[in-house]
Amino acid sequence: MYELSGVTKVYPKGRTTVHALQGVDLAIEDGDWLAIQGPTGHGKSTLLQILGGLDRPTSGSVRLSDRDLATLKEKELTKVRAASIGFIFQTFNLIPTLTAQENVETALVPLGVSTGERRERASQALADVGLAERARHLPSELSGGQQQRVAIARALVKRPAVLLADEPTGNLDEGTRDEIMALLGELWRERGLTMVMVTHDSSVAKRAQRIGLMREGKLTVRHAASPDPGLPCGVPGRHALRVLD
Amino acid sequence: MFITYLLRELRRRMRQAIFIALGLALGVGLVITVTAAASGVSAGQGTVLKSLYGVGTDITVTKTPTASSGGGPGFRFGGGKGTSVSRSVLVSGGLGTLKSSDVTAVAGQKDVSAAVGALVLNDLKFSGSFSPGGTGGGRGGQSAGSSGSFNANSFTVTGVDPADDSLGPLASGTIISGHAITSSEAHKNVAVVDSDYATSASLKVGSTVAVAGRNFTVVGIVRAAQGVTDADVYIPLARAQALASMTNEVNTIYVSAASATDVAAAASAVSRALPGATVTTSSDLASQVTGSLSSASTLAKSMGKWLAVVVLAVAFGLASLLTVSAVTRRVREFGTLKAIGWTSRRIIRQVMGEALVIGVVGGAVGVAIGYAAAAVVQAMVPPLTATTGSANQHSGGFGRPAAAAAHTVSVHLTAPVSGSAVVLAVALAIAGGLVAGSFGSWRAVRLRPAAALARVV
Repeated sequence: MYELSGVTKVYPKGRTTVHALQGVDLAIEDGDWLAIQGPTGHGKSTLLQILGGLDRPTSGSVRLSDRDLATLKEKELTKVRAASIGFIFQTFNLIPTLTAQENVETALVPLGVSTGERRERASQALADVGLAERARHLPSELSGGQQQRVAIARALVKRPAVLLADEPTGNLDEGTRDEIMALLGELWRERGLTMVMVTHDSSVAKRAQRIGLMREGKLTVRHAASPDPGLPCGVPGRHALRVLD
Repeated sequence: MFITYLLRELRRRMRQAIFIALGLALGVGLVITVTAAASGVSAGQGTVLKSLYGVGTDITVTKTPTASSGGGPGFRFGGGKGTSVSRSVLVSGGLGTLKSSDVTAVAGQKDVSAAVGALVLNDLKFSGSFSPGGTGGGRGGQSAGSSGSFNANSFTVTGVDPADDSLGPLASGTIISGHAITSSEAHKNVAVVDSDYATSASLKVGSTVAVAGRNFTVVGIVRAAQGVTDADVYIPLARAQALASMTNEVNTIYVSAASATDVAAAASAVSRALPGATVTTSSDLASQVTGSLSSASTLAKSMGKWLAVVVLAVAFGLASLLTVSAVTRRVREFGTLKAIGWTSRRIIRQVMGEALVIGVVGGAVGVAIGYAAAAVVQAMVPPLTATTGSANQHSGGFGRPAAAAAHTVSVHLTAPVSGSAVVLAVALAIAGGLVAGSFGSWRAVRLRPAAALARVV
């Protein structure tokens, strides 16, 4: 799916220069679930944005299937995002004036889907995340967990090749966090999604197949560990390594 | 999705949208009102100039009076103690005399299509009694050793050439009863009477009116054009010349140029043909007009225009600022939409659509405000006056040369709203919306999704 080679990202910040990514090499296979952890400000979100074509690397290549996102023009990047990449954000980022149904439909608008098909698919996506009865509610009328479910439905309604999640449970309480992660886990298993997730939360990271650690712009990846029986594993039956907090 | 998103967004920032729309509406309404007032003032000025000229008149020719000019017989009374007298004379008070042959000379000039002469006079009637001593009065009005009490009445009389009624002092009026003086009546004692004078003197077609002591039969009643103060009585030029002892003389020549672009050339030719005469064109008169109509014209055309421009510029500026501010507040929203695949063009369409709707609403409200304000202007503004010292002068008397007397015309201002003003105003409102939308779109397009989302996290 993804092949990153020598990716760096440097940008000015005030009078200083920030080296957000320093020569990141990463391979993500189809159906992989990668969680990226690390201290704040060490490049996790920058890496996610580059994977999603929201930002360009200063150098290096970012191949998604057969295309190098680093060299695509903005129009082409937008098309790739529209068709192949689903996003989930920490703050849900729903359009406040649109209902849950309409928010999900916004993901299908750039694909030129007919109005009827758009409504049908959005309705089904909401049903898949257990929110069929909330279709006509505005985001302000939904709980945090419900809003994130709508965001997940929006990300998945276009049947993307990859799902990128930036702190998907960051604004949720513990109980809701577990619900959302259970939902994501289920969808990942059922649909064979490729998922890359940035998270501070070790209990969330442990659910993944692999865990990456970003420190000062450098990434090291290892398979997820399950050293303590009490900690949740990534996929049942897989061998896991201890995870660093 | 486009319409749904647009309407929901406008509903979300309803107060701001209304504020912007009202700002545009105010500017649009002002443009319509000022345009309507300016049209009304122009129409009023046209009425003033027509009244001074008559319809079809481009140039008037007069002459500055000298001490001995002005025509008209003097008063002579004689008789013993307690003699009652009543005498009526025609005098040309404020204008010098021109010859009838001058009219022909003017008509023959290049760029002149027609010329007619007229005699503008006053009928002065004295009645009363006096003590013996013999009072004589020539043109200087001298008297010696007399005493008595007199009443003086006057009304204005204009001798018109019936050969051409499309030019001259009667041309701007409308015959509402009877008929105008015909060529066959050129030497008869017939008269056309102004409608206001007819009402005050209880005259109608068939009545008799005394002019210079002679009975004239009223053959027509004329209603002067709006705001026009013309003569009270019109009689054939030949009869006026005879009664005023001004044979083959006129004191005003009305000239029609071959075309609107030939007026200046015609005026020059007439000046060369009649070196001592005063040649006045409508543009000369327009520059001499004073009074509240002139002030209103200045107000509407300069101050009113600039006020409308300033208000519109402020409205445009506010609309743009508020739209940019609204877009800035939606950074996360647009960043998210770009992240999920919306193109910049689609987002621009959204922003422009919202701004355009506000512009259209502002335009519609502005048109309503404009119509209402124009109606208020028309209803509330008192009649305006225009004053000029000029050709048609109906004052001066007693054989004395008068100073160039002012001619005052009263005009009821209208404020007609034209279709083109409405179209212009609505176009301005839509332009305002588009300008605001453009600024907002520029702001939205510059947004990089990563930067937009990073701000929020």
